[in-house]
Amino acid sequence: MASTTATRQREAVDPSVRCGQWLNAWAPWIVILGLGGWAAVARTDQFVVGIIIGTLYALAAVGLTMIYGITNVPHFAHGDSMMMAAYLAFLVFAGAVLGAGDGDAVLPINVAMLPGATERIWEFSFGYGLILALVIGVLLMIPVYLAIDRVVYQRLARMGAGTAILAVASLGVAITIRGAMLMVWGPTSRRYTTGIRDTIQIPGLPRIVADQFFILVVAIGLTVAAYVVLYRTTLGTTMRAAADNPDLARASGIDTAVTRRWTWIIGGGLTAVAGILLALQSQLTPELGFVLLLPIFAAMILGGIGNPFGAFLGGLIVGVVGEVSVSLGIISPGYKTGVAFVVLIVVILFRPRGLFGAKA
Amino acid sequence: MSPPPPPVLSVSGLTSGYGEVPVVRDISIEVGASEIVTIIGPNGAGKSTVLKAIFGLLRTWDGQVQLDGTSITGLPPERLVRQGIGYVPQTENIFSSLTIRENLAIGGFTRATGLAERIDWVFALFPVLAERPNERASRLSGGQRQTLAIGRALMLEPRLLMLDEPSASLSPIMLQTVFENVVEINRRGTAILMVEQNARQALSISHRGYVLANGINRLTGPAADLLASDEVRRLYLGE
Repeated sequence: MASTTATRQREAVDPSVRCGQWLNAWAPWIVILGLGGWAAVARTDQFVVGIIIGTLYALAAVGLTMIYGITNVPHFAHGDSMMMAAYLAFLVFAGAVLGAGDGDAVLPINVAMLPGATERIWEFSFGYGLILALVIGVLLMIPVYLAIDRVVYQRLARMGAGTAILAVASLGVAITIRGAMLMVWGPTSRRYTTGIRDTIQIPGLPRIVADQFFILVVAIGLTVAAYVVLYRTTLGTTMRAAADNPDLARASGIDTAVTRRWTWIIGGGLTAVAGILLALQSQLTPELGFVLLLPIFAAMILGGIGNPFGAFLGGLIVGVVGEVSVSLGIISPGYKTGVAFVVLIVVILFRPRGLFGAKA
Repeated sequence: MSPPPPPVLSVSGLTSGYGEVPVVRDISIEVGASEIVTIIGPNGAGKSTVLKAIFGLLRTWDGQVQLDGTSITGLPPERLVRQGIGYVPQTENIFSSLTIRENLAIGGFTRATGLAERIDWVFALFPVLAERPNERASRLSGGQRQTLAIGRALMLEPRLLMLDEPSASLSPIMLQTVFENVVEINRRGTAILMVEQNARQALSISHRGYVLANGINRLTGPAADLLASDEVRRLYLGE
């Protein structure tokens, strides 16, 4: 009986309202799949490059959206912390820092000195040394995140600081990190590997650089792992609960300090990996961080703040839109990031909560 | 005659508030092991403040709070939950982006053993929740949300359940259901401390009541006496 009543009520709803609800639920998917499908067919090369860049934005945006959702810190130091992780990995790998004179001082211990560490694996431009440096770099970066949170953000939050104050403080952290990196490594760009980058042919795809394939696999793998942790483990459920309703989380016995720490470990770890992979894809400069900040924030807002899946998709969209729009020849490559913002503005105009945001 | 059992909750001389201004002063409340106790009073009397102070969401400025004879004054909520107090806030009392099952799992996660059994137990108590356990809580109706909120707080089988205006913004029928649930939970052995606007209905299911006005304790007594009292009827029941 109850179900018949429910059906009748549903039938009584104004058709235009129902149409609106339907559009609200499916329109984002239709637009994404439509444009994405077109780009994949018409601009295959740029589409694939966009996806690769996009997975890196996505990885960092997943970290950003977790941090913002759970700790309420709009982390403007996110891009610069990625850059710092990349430099830490560089330090572990090559052991080089700016010397007293013109050249670099090379530390006596580095991973590249290990036997066979730089022998190329498969078609990649790097050996196991770089993978080791990536892992150690991330492990070094996590305590940095925890320290920054404890010294800056937690202290301000205890003093009753709101989002605006935390945002400005994180901007200060960003500038501090950039200054420190400039002091230690100087303004010149650096590379993990200098050799020729081989391309590979994967059936059905255009030729891509082998390193990019590595980036793609690692980024997607880590995003899936983050999804599993967030949605299939008790730790993840407590993290989502703390993001949803911090007071009720405490009233349920969740130690929000522990949850917060894990957020920085997981979210910060993902971000650090993204930074190192991006430096592998292009090169390492102290300016890397600021360039990244805007697309990552765009990706997070596009997907709906606090939604890791939305952030991942947002990252892919920002990456693909940037690459494909440049290939159309209408705009110059310098405006790549700007295009992502046009998309962001259009989406926010119609859906203020982002594509997959839970609340307005 | 055997001596009466010690109270589950004993509050004496509690003073608390926000910022610099005390909202409640010198409040004393007792809740017996098998009792339903209701705090009534006009808007702004400080009813919810009392619950928040007991539960450690507000700092206790002065006074003592004891649970089963042990001092719990000033303990944070995450500790009190483990000691056997369940608390249901008036608003935002569910995790709306989590599923019904996840809401219950979070409610009981501090004790991992028997979690599945306790979820089933809450489902048996509130069959409406068992209909769609993987539905997001944001899709529930007002009454279902309130049921889920109470179910979440029951997941650790608390000795004392504190409810902040459980009937707020519910239809009369749902209000009836929520109060029936409260009686049923109490019958199964959980003491209840409840704050209510719907003074008459709340008192009618309660053993005792406290009347708060301007942050101080005005009247105390068996619920039936309060319902019959001319002063209460005139001031708080609108007669």
